[in-house]
Amino acid sequence: MERSEEYIKNERKKEWRVELQKKTKAKDRMAIERVEMSEQDPNERIKSQRIEVNNGLSKEQAVLEATRCMDCVNPTCMEGCPVSINIPKFIKYIEKEEFGKAASVLKETSALPAVCGRVCPQEVQCEQKCFYVEKLNQPSVAIGHLERFAADWERESGEIAVPECAESNGVKVAVIGSGPSGLSFAGDMAKLGYDVTVFEALHEIGGVLKYGIPEFRLPNAVVDVEIDNLSKMGVKFVTNYIVGQTATLEDLKEEGYKAFYVGSGAGLPRFMNIPGENANGILSSNEYLTRVNLMGADSEDSDTPVLRGKNVVVVGGGNTAMDSVRTAKRLGAENAMIVYRRSEEEMPARVEEVHHAKQEGVEFLTLTNPIEYIADENGRVKQVKVQKMELGEPDASGRRRPIPMEGSEYTIDATVVVVAVGVSPNPLIPNSVEGLEVSKWGTIEVVKDKMQSSIPEVFAGGDIVRGGATVILAMGDGRKAAANMDTYLKEKYLSEKVEQ
Amino acid sequence: MNKIVEKENFSEKVVKIVVEAPLIAKARKPGNFVIVRVGEKGERIPLTIAGADVKKGTITMIVQKMGVSSQKLCALEAGDYVTDLVGPLGKPTEIHNVGTVLCCGGGVGVAPLLPIVEGYKKAGNKVITVLAARNKDLLILEDEMRKHSDEVIIMTDDGSYGKKGLITEGMEEVIQRENIDECITIGPAIMMKFCSLLTKKYEIPTMASLNSIMVDGTGMCGACRVTVDGKTKFTCVDGPEFDAHKIDFDEMMSRLGGYKSEEQDKMDHFHE
Repeated sequence: MERSEEYIKNERKKEWRVELQKKTKAKDRMAIERVEMSEQDPNERIKSQRIEVNNGLSKEQAVLEATRCMDCVNPTCMEGCPVSINIPKFIKYIEKEEFGKAASVLKETSALPAVCGRVCPQEVQCEQKCFYVEKLNQPSVAIGHLERFAADWERESGEIAVPECAESNGVKVAVIGSGPSGLSFAGDMAKLGYDVTVFEALHEIGGVLKYGIPEFRLPNAVVDVEIDNLSKMGVKFVTNYIVGQTATLEDLKEEGYKAFYVGSGAGLPRFMNIPGENANGILSSNEYLTRVNLMGADSEDSDTPVLRGKNVVVVGGGNTAMDSVRTAKRLGAENAMIVYRRSEEEMPARVEEVHHAKQEGVEFLTLTNPIEYIADENGRVKQVKVQKMELGEPDASGRRRPIPMEGSEYTIDATVVVVAVGVSPNPLIPNSVEGLEVSKWGTIEVVKDKMQSSIPEVFAGGDIVRGGATVILAMGDGRKAAANMDTYLKEKYLSEKVEQ
Repeated sequence: MNKIVEKENFSEKVVKIVVEAPLIAKARKPGNFVIVRVGEKGERIPLTIAGADVKKGTITMIVQKMGVSSQKLCALEAGDYVTDLVGPLGKPTEIHNVGTVLCCGGGVGVAPLLPIVEGYKKAGNKVITVLAARNKDLLILEDEMRKHSDEVIIMTDDGSYGKKGLITEGMEEVIQRENIDECITIGPAIMMKFCSLLTKKYEIPTMASLNSIMVDGTGMCGACRVTVDGKTKFTCVDGPEFDAHKIDFDEMMSRLGGYKSEEQDKMDHFHE
């Protein structure tokens, strides 16, 4: 499945590609301006959690943007993709207006192209490595927008191609967790002919794609189509099943599972351990987003309640903080505020998310850190005591360390506070599997690039290994694990069969 | 989807349901709980396990009508299905042979206490059980408790059955009478707080099983946080049982009311 450089080069020399290369001069390609994706009006879109912000590209926009791509001899963009999508090939199919084929190229290596086209930080991955950025210092080809276009086109056309799968080899493998890492792994293993079952603790498949990322960024219907496609490839899904609790790994082995992929994610929300933090009205971003995204608490007919308030403070500067604060806005907050201890420059959130949050009227209190919560007589938070910060020397993360400014404390009124300062690995699997080596942070130790744990038949990836990363890195781990588990299983089980 | 195979109304507010869940029935241990969801718009609510039948592949839950979700669950009949059921969750009770154990249950807290009483008895302990209810009609599982306890003391608020008085009065009588090595208390938070204060006075190691608000039940949401020995713990993955003498019960009680007005709105909406 991994394609060699030679293979990529040969593909580029195929007749249809050469024709396209000749059709438009490089100078003319470079003269085209990068496309701008249109967005819903901020004042309209904040009325619902379920209005998608970005509209996608029109066919004309997509074809023109695809024409900008130079179809480089050495496609450096691909180096920036954790799942090695053949970027020039899919873009050139768009230029050729063969959108279905473009979507098929995406699916060769990505189980979730419509998802990646929406939530991948392309600006620091493929697009950062684009010829336009590297050589011309100009805006890159809008690879992410084009990816979304191809995947959406296929979905909307109703003619969804199911990737080709090898003949079943009858070997059962289990996936623990149905987030992006597990789904990516499941897709690759199904293509290789394995009998794949995905076990999910929640009542819905999709993990963070469902409970975490709001629908205004990633509609659930988009996720469901990708999951449906995996089902068509033969992947089985079991919800309400917690491996380690409902049944152990040993029980699953008795049922015939030969190997396991743990993609159980970074479940545990972190808090800051500051005074008053357990007051009512203060909750983790996980809780807040799960109530709204997974349980639908923004809608009146849902049985799940969610806290609303006039003043909502969200602590943190990552994508989850942006998702939370923008959700607060949609739940009717008059003042939805980000409180972040460093400056905007150091924020881990995507620039696009910060931009959208600002458009929607979110306030940013940067270089500000909560130090205490003050509750009313009923135990509900009413104020956040914060302290101003200044930036010192860079710390271990490479970002400048925030230093408290003495005497700068003041209070902000807030009846809802969402803490989005990171997550820790979920302990359920590490605690329930004997002999599994775990780091002091609770992440599963794996052999790098192989994703194999201290137990040979157990592989792991995504946030349970990384501690907190992105959808696409989790997916990349899933692919690596699939390739290596395939080698492991072939050696152990399938080579013997052949010899017999 | 899990089928309800049996339903019994214990009282106007308390219902027993037996649900098909073969894997949970096999895996559950005393102290574990489950998460249940009724309907596609349903809420995930934590519920305790009162018992299980591995052969039949069922678990028993005793549910008190409180909010919309428990009302919806209690409205289901035998033959109906719960939409989602997941578990067993939480750490099991640490049961050893310690000598004499005092097991104290109040209200529907008696339900999760039953498997723990069974466990202690099986481990060779002398088990003295104190059950408390507002009145005779609200007392549950008396016969089952008698089967697995060396002695059962019943306390009612109005004296309509057993002795009149609070659970702590029944407990103190036993404590003064004989040596108690361990105590466990399950019931309303305020009851557990006073049980804990009592056993602290007598320096009896005591565990309390908490019924915090939860969404996922797997450590993900943090709604169930509780302060134990000055540190924040998650009831779902660190508990549900903690050293009662170290639990901040006042904070815990306050947090149980964290969604009170939102839940009331849902109730009003439900009755419309």
